[in-house]
Parts: sequence; structure tokens; C-alpha cells
Amino acid sequence: MTESEQKIKMQLQCPMPKLDFDIITLGHGSGGLLTNRLLDSGVFDLLKNDLLDERHDGAIFEVEAGRMAFSTDSYVISPVFFPGGNIGELAVNGTVNDLAMCGARAKYLSLGFILEEGLTMREFWDILLGIKYAAEQAGIQIVTGDTKVVERGKGDKIFINTSGVGMLHPRAQISKKRVQPGDVVLISGSVATHGMAIMSVRQGLEFETDIVSDTTNLNHTVMAMLDLFGEKIHLLHDPTRGGVATVLNELARDTRLGIDLLERNIPVLEEVAGACELLGLDPLYVANEGIFIAVVAAEAADSVLEFLQADPNGAAAAIIGNITAEHPRQVLLHSTIGGKRVVNMPVGEQLPRIC
Amino acid sequence: MKFLNEYRDADVVAQYLDEIRRTATQPWTIMEVCGGQTHSLVKNGLIQLLPDKVRMVHGPGCPVCVTPLHQIDKAVHLAMEHGVILCSYGDMLRVPGSKMSLLEAKAAGADVRILYSPLEAVKIARENPGKEVVFFAVGFETTAPANALSVIHAQRAGVGNYSILTSHVLVPPAIEAVMNDDASHIQGFLAAGHVCAIVGIDEYYPLVERYKIPVVVTGFEPVDLLQGILMVVRQLEKGEHRLENQYSRIVRPEGNPEARKVIAQVFETTDREWRGIGNIPMSGYELRPEFSAYDANKKFNVNIEKVSESAECIAGLVLKGIKKPHECPQFGKKCRPESPLGAPMVSSEGACAAYYHFSQAMEEVA
Repeated sequence: MTESEQKIKMQLQCPMPKLDFDIITLGHGSGGLLTNRLLDSGVFDLLKNDLLDERHDGAIFEVEAGRMAFSTDSYVISPVFFPGGNIGELAVNGTVNDLAMCGARAKYLSLGFILEEGLTMREFWDILLGIKYAAEQAGIQIVTGDTKVVERGKGDKIFINTSGVGMLHPRAQISKKRVQPGDVVLISGSVATHGMAIMSVRQGLEFETDIVSDTTNLNHTVMAMLDLFGEKIHLLHDPTRGGVATVLNELARDTRLGIDLLERNIPVLEEVAGACELLGLDPLYVANEGIFIAVVAAEAADSVLEFLQADPNGAAAAIIGNITAEHPRQVLLHSTIGGKRVVNMPVGEQLPRIC
Repeated sequence: MKFLNEYRDADVVAQYLDEIRRTATQPWTIMEVCGGQTHSLVKNGLIQLLPDKVRMVHGPGCPVCVTPLHQIDKAVHLAMEHGVILCSYGDMLRVPGSKMSLLEAKAAGADVRILYSPLEAVKIARENPGKEVVFFAVGFETTAPANALSVIHAQRAGVGNYSILTSHVLVPPAIEAVMNDDASHIQGFLAAGHVCAIVGIDEYYPLVERYKIPVVVTGFEPVDLLQGILMVVRQLEKGEHRLENQYSRIVRPEGNPEARKVIAQVFETTDREWRGIGNIPMSGYELRPEFSAYDANKKFNVNIEKVSESAECIAGLVLKGIKKPHECPQFGKKCRPESPLGAPMVSSEGACAAYYHFSQAMEEVA
């Protein structure tokens, strides 16, 4: 079954309950009767698990011995529905992936909503289904949560915060400190896909395209990779906001090493490259979901690449560069035609060009 | 990407570079007029690949860079004080006005929206009948047809709450301004391919004759640029000056007749101030009197003080190709993309930003 077929199946299995309200109002965040009615309407059933069912102020659980990772992220995307997903899926995948980048398998997530008065129950339900779908795919549980409602105009439909904990893979030794000259930089998939999917539906910039966000969990891929390569994986990073260029610039700055990038190796989907061309955007600076950068020991690079390419999340994986002691703190791109240029840190959001 | 990758082929690039190297027997200074060409030259690392004998100088063809400070202040004023929905192309937003940029106005509560097409602004006007919607119509001849069309659409649909704040500029008068400057030492031009795709190439014949300089209408991809440069160098080496069209796959000599018709219907030529350069006679478009109801300059009574540019910014010299961006004492110091002194440091097509982003540290690297 394809991903979109699975999502449709879930929608059919979880029809929106009949409610005596169609939109979220301030009262739904009051903590009183309306809040309970909203949560009882099916939210708890949808995300059901023993810890959540306790309906306590927090979740209480046993932990295994070992190292844990803890991460948090807030999601404020506009529009909240986009080709290939919605903010709910992003909110789960994002934190699951942040934990995966630490080398941890996410286990429990918290879920905080800030809803804007006027959000329709239909929209909220679809977002909840996105959360449920992403949680099931990632194999995590939502164990505690919170819902607040702000006045109309004070939010943008819905803001979500998720925090998560997970156990570190026993062989994970992921740290910027382990990055050294000679290491190889890999990317697990095509760049700029998610950012351009969002851009294509953003008001004022809409363009017709088949680009679909690649948002997905990466924890299964990363855990399998750590099973095989463990300490050979020196660093993992998901190049979300600011794109690949930002992540690599931060890496170069923090390690005081240089990075050589090979433009011809950087995978970009044909339609994404075309859309970037049209809007005057550089794919290296466009936001990503569903892909990660791995800095690995040189001797393991080819095997890691082979592993990634065989993984469903890594079909387009590629070696895109390497770490060098030359040109410290700088990311240098070797252009397809044989030129060189410095890839700088972006100032702010990339803005589409005039002509 | 089909129709693009062919022009980004490493082998073809190497062949053209060889040919340029073989052809150039003495130093030549060539200006690429268009900011898009500057961007491509640095983005692809072509500047370093060209032989030393060929010195590329970046021209004034960046619409963001040459839009006068006063116009930006006006746009900010309309957004902040008149409560209009101010729509603009994206890269105009970060350009500093005398007090603030449009991006800062947005943060301060103004309704500023990034659009890719002015027709979208007409749609917004239709959806917000109680608000005035102003489109900041910036650009060279390339964006003029779409901006003109938006006015025609608004008029046809009876959308009365739409207007444009025009700051259109034209390429040929800018080339003249560069050539008329005594400090200029440009020996040949790459003319902007996309501008010519709209208005054709006829306007360039008189320039070639008057200044006895080669002009080659050139595209934007690496192979386009190198081919254009080679064509200029060949002419220079032979002591010739002709108008040639490298970008013939896109540019027809007569341009795009439909687009020209729309421009002629809506706009007329006028004197225009260029940021950093000053007033250039007959170098811009403004709305014809019959469309004055859609002219934000006339619709709103904006009385704001004219503020002079930062004295430390040498944008005028950079835009005319007299100085290179890194020859400015403030380059990369006081003037950086996050705190620009002048507009060429803002847009990715601005010569200063292009230099900063792509090649600022190349000397260290090389």
C-alpha cells in the first residue's frame, strides 16, 4: 500500500465524530467542560495508549538503563495543509527525527497545541489523523499533552509543540567533536523537496506542480544504520530550516574545519530544480524534511552509501562532499562546470527574485 | 533540466574557456549589464575560470539596487501610514529605506505581502474591497508587461482599489549613462537577454554606432555567458563593433510584440532617478495619464522628506562598473548582507551581495 493509500485507509477507519460544534472556540481551551468535550470527542481515542489514558498532569514510565536523548521543537508552518502532509505529521516526524539525529530511537512524545479560535473541527481532526499516522509509522506514543486556544488573529490556525525522549543506540557516538578531516559527507535523499512543496501552495506564490513533501520519520533508517556502522557515523543532522547550506556552515564554524561540496552530486528532483530556477531560489538554502546529512569515517563511506540506497528513505542518497583541514570554517562548492564558490550562511529567509 | 543542462555542461564550458583564452591577446574590460548574469557568473564560479585578460565588470542591471531610496520610503510610508496592503516581489523587502525596510515595516504591523505576480495583487484587491492594494512595480523591461497587464485587468474588472507604485527602469539609457561617464573604461557589453526577449534588439544599434562598442545580447547560463564573452572578445580583437545576438533561442529581433503592445498601452517613458547613479533622462516607465487612477503616486498624497544616501556607500561607482565591490572600504566590514549600507548588498543579483556570498573569501581559499 502506498503512503497516500495508507492515509486514506486511516481516514476511513477514523471518521470524524458527530459533534455539537464545528469550530474551535476560546472555551475549548478553558480547561473546563468544553475542553473535556473536545478531548473526549475522540482525541484521546485517536491517540490511545495506557500512559495517555491515565489523563494525569504528566506521564509516568519506567526507563531502561543507558543514555537518553531529549529534544523539543515547535511547528508554526503556513499553510498547515500542504501536498504530502500536514502540520500534525511534521510535528511528530520533526521531533522523532531530531532524536534520531542524536542517535536515539524516539519512544515518548508530548504534544502541545495552541489553537486559534475559528479553526474548524474538520481541520483539527485531519491534523490529529496526521499525528496518529506519523506516530504509528515511527512507532512512538504520545503520552502527555496540552491544549490552549487563543483569540482569532492571535495565532495562525494552529501551532504545535512536541517534545520527545528516546533511548540512545548503544553504538551511537554522534558529536561534532568527532568530525575530522577526511570524513565524507553523505545526504540521504533529494534536497529542497519539502520547502518547494510548501512554497507551491503559499498564498501569492502558488504554482502548479506535482512536488510533494517528503516528510517522514527517519528513526528506523538511522537505527539500522547505527546497527551496521555504529561509531563510524560521526555526525547526523537534518537540514530543515535554512537547508543544507545552513547546516554545513554551522558545522564548518563549530568544528573550525572546511567542507568541500560537489554540486554535481547533490540530488535535486527535476521538478524541484525547475521550481527553484523559476523562483530564483538556491536549493541548498531551501528547507528539508525527511532527509539527513551524515558525516562518516572515510573507510565506511561507500558501505554507508550502499546501505542508504537500499533503504526506502535513501534511494537518492549520495556522497556530496568531504571534510577538509583546508579553508577552515568555510563551505566551498565545486560547481558542475568546474568553478568554485563559497556557500555562505543565509541572512534570513530566501526571498523569491524579481526576474 | 531539459533546455538548461545543455548550457551547464562542463566539457562545453571548458571548450569555450579555451577558445576565449586563445582569442584574447590583450586585456579587455567587458560589462555584463544584467544582475542575473552577475549572479550566474559568480554562482557558477566562472569569474575565477576566465583568463586574466578578460575582466568582467558588473553593470547596473539589478532592479532592486537601482530603485531610489525615496521610492522605498514611499512604499514603507504607504504600508505604515495609509494602511494599504503593500504587495511586492520578494527581494525588494530587505532593501533598506532611510528609516526601515519593507520587511521591518511588516514586523511593525504593516500588511506587506510577497507575491510572484502582480495579477495576484489584483486578486487580493478584489478579495479585500474595503482596503487599498498597492503593488510595488519594480524592475526592468522584463517585469513591465506583467505589471501593465495587472493595470489592464484591474481596469477591465472594475477593481478600483488597486494601484501600482512604479519604479520601472530601462536598460539602454543605463548603458548610455555608463558610457558617458568619463571614468568608465568599458570596451564591450553583454546585453541582458531577458530584457531583449521582451523589447527586441533594435534599440541597441544606435548605441553600438555612437560609442563604437561591441554589444552581444546574452543569456544567463554558463555556456551562454562564455559564448557571449567570446563573441565580444572576437569583435574587440578584430577592432569591430557590431550588435550580435547570442541568445537567439529566446530573443527574436523584434522582441515579443504582444508584450510590447501591452507596455505601450499602459506606460510612457519618463526621466527616472537611479539609486546610486542619479537622474537618467528617459530611463523609466510611468503610467500614461489615462491610467492615472491606478498610479499610487497620484492616488495617495505621500509627502515625505527626501533623504540622501549613506555617504560611505559607493554603490554608484559599483553600478557603473568604475569600482569593484571589494574595492569599497566598507565591503564586508560595515556593509554586509545582514546590515547593508546600500542596495547592491541586498539582492542576490546585486553586485556586492553576489561578491559577498559567492566569492568574498575566494582569495583566502585559492
